[in-house]
Amino acid sequence: MSSGTAVATPAAAAPPKGKPGLTERARAERKLGWMLCAPAVIVMVAVTAYPVVYAFVLSLQRADLRFPAANKFVGFANYGHVLGAKLWWQDVAHTLIITFFSVALELVLGMALALVMHRAIFGRGTVRAVALIPYGIVTVVAAFSWRYAWEADSGWIPHLLGLKSDPLTKTTSSYAAIIISEVWKTTPFMALLLLAGLAIVPDELHEAAKVDGATTLQRFVRITLPLMKPAILVALLFRTLDAFRIFDTVFIFNQGAHGTETVSILGYNQLLNRLNLGLGSTVSVLIFVLVAIIAAIFIKGFGAAAAPGGVERN
Amino acid sequence: MDERVKRGVGWGGAIAIVVVLALVPVLWIVSLSFKDPATIADGSFIPKKWTWSNYSAIFKQNLFTDALRNSIGIAIISTVIAVVIASMAAYAISRLDFPGKRWILGAALAIAMFPPISIVGPLYNMWRSLGLFDTWQGLIIPYLTFTLPLAIYVLSAFFREIPWELEQAAQVDGATPFQAFQKVIVPLAAPGVFTTAILVFIFAWNDFIFAASLTSTTHAQTVPAAIASFPGASQFQAPIGSIAAAAVIVTIPIIVLVLLFQRRIVAGLTAGAVKG
Repeated sequence: MSSGTAVATPAAAAPPKGKPGLTERARAERKLGWMLCAPAVIVMVAVTAYPVVYAFVLSLQRADLRFPAANKFVGFANYGHVLGAKLWWQDVAHTLIITFFSVALELVLGMALALVMHRAIFGRGTVRAVALIPYGIVTVVAAFSWRYAWEADSGWIPHLLGLKSDPLTKTTSSYAAIIISEVWKTTPFMALLLLAGLAIVPDELHEAAKVDGATTLQRFVRITLPLMKPAILVALLFRTLDAFRIFDTVFIFNQGAHGTETVSILGYNQLLNRLNLGLGSTVSVLIFVLVAIIAAIFIKGFGAAAAPGGVERN
Repeated sequence: MDERVKRGVGWGGAIAIVVVLALVPVLWIVSLSFKDPATIADGSFIPKKWTWSNYSAIFKQNLFTDALRNSIGIAIISTVIAVVIASMAAYAISRLDFPGKRWILGAALAIAMFPPISIVGPLYNMWRSLGLFDTWQGLIIPYLTFTLPLAIYVLSAFFREIPWELEQAAQVDGATPFQAFQKVIVPLAAPGVFTTAILVFIFAWNDFIFAASLTSTTHAQTVPAAIASFPGASQFQAPIGSIAAAAVIVTIPIIVLVLLFQRRIVAGLTAGAVKG
């Protein structure tokens, strides 16, 4: 990118913060700021905003790569088709089930893990390093490991639980397997976000409460939790939106069979297996809208503590 | 004293639980990768008959070796470009005063929450007409998009902590602006940049949805996508051994990074959350 080279030297000799009086300097600073941010903004916006608009345009058309001759503008017919289909609402429900249970479990386990990482007297480094392994591991690998662990003929879990039939051919146990796999993979991330919140709780408050005779549980509920509220909300927001996009784990487990198809799998199948860009794009746009709605609910519903606070601190 | 012993045992127990829970799935896939085809479905946690054959088998297939080359190349290039672009933006955001700063951070936050599936279809179509389908660039570009938000947040949090006055102090002492930058600022900024690089690398190394959608051959397919499409020896036999061996190979770099740079990764993720 051309601005990259143009900017390298000024960055090195960047002027100190422009004083109010020096308008020329302030102007130069603005220009430099924009130039430095331009490549990042272009890459971020060009690869998301343009395709989303393009997806919207495609969603208004009958666009099937197998029958290119039949392409035409159909208005909102695709939306009527998708929103009128039972399959879409079932998949939304499946996604919400996985999202709700994964995030709820992660919050509880993540808090426990964060407390261990924060308070452990010894072995803190070990816990942190070990907990980062699930975070870093390739999701596909984690999903395969859990899938083979659950499979009736090769796995250790059916042996351990004494199951007779294959748990991955039943809906409930498939959900359990998928959710456990997700929770295992992402709890460390949740824990790290919560750990950041724990770190800002001042020790003096705990000491003072201890002197006043508060129990550990009381101190946790009355001091730690309220002070951590912003961190908890940020963690919940991020993980909820992330869980809602779940794709890899479900794809590896069973590609959405046995009633576990999520909205992302539905979109993928429409787009890349059936090559129906019109309907697939409609699903994509609807997922985008749902994610925006969830984010809005979090930000509005839980007060200013959640996302705006996150931006504010910059 | 007694109280202390009790607490020590309590923490020891908690740590042991965390270690076991975190490692069991990893050890399981390692165990599978060393199992002989005859005993691979025996469900035992420890292989009864150890073999390297799964590993030698995957390294003989260019489906895997090419994918490994693609994964390494794509992840490294994405990391370098993302870190350079994000450093420029983060420098501007943490040090310069210009309108639109909040807008950029807001956009980055929005993109961090963006569902990739929403752009996979359009990208598939666009990449096919632009000739980017099934190429390294075709994956590097979306990886940049999705790692820049985190990279910018983490880097600006780190850059804000740097005592920039030192740069001027060095110049007062006779250093040229470039020397001041190279000898003072670069060493101070390096830890943050390095942490960001690890996080970006992990993202690019991990991705499945873009790799599965925007590639089709060994030309650009990365390991996660390749593993998911491993053929079995026959239609009725799942390629468990090969998948497990390939899974272990792609996990090694992650384990090495995590064990070596545990402190940095924790600092990076928590800095992004609190200060970011």
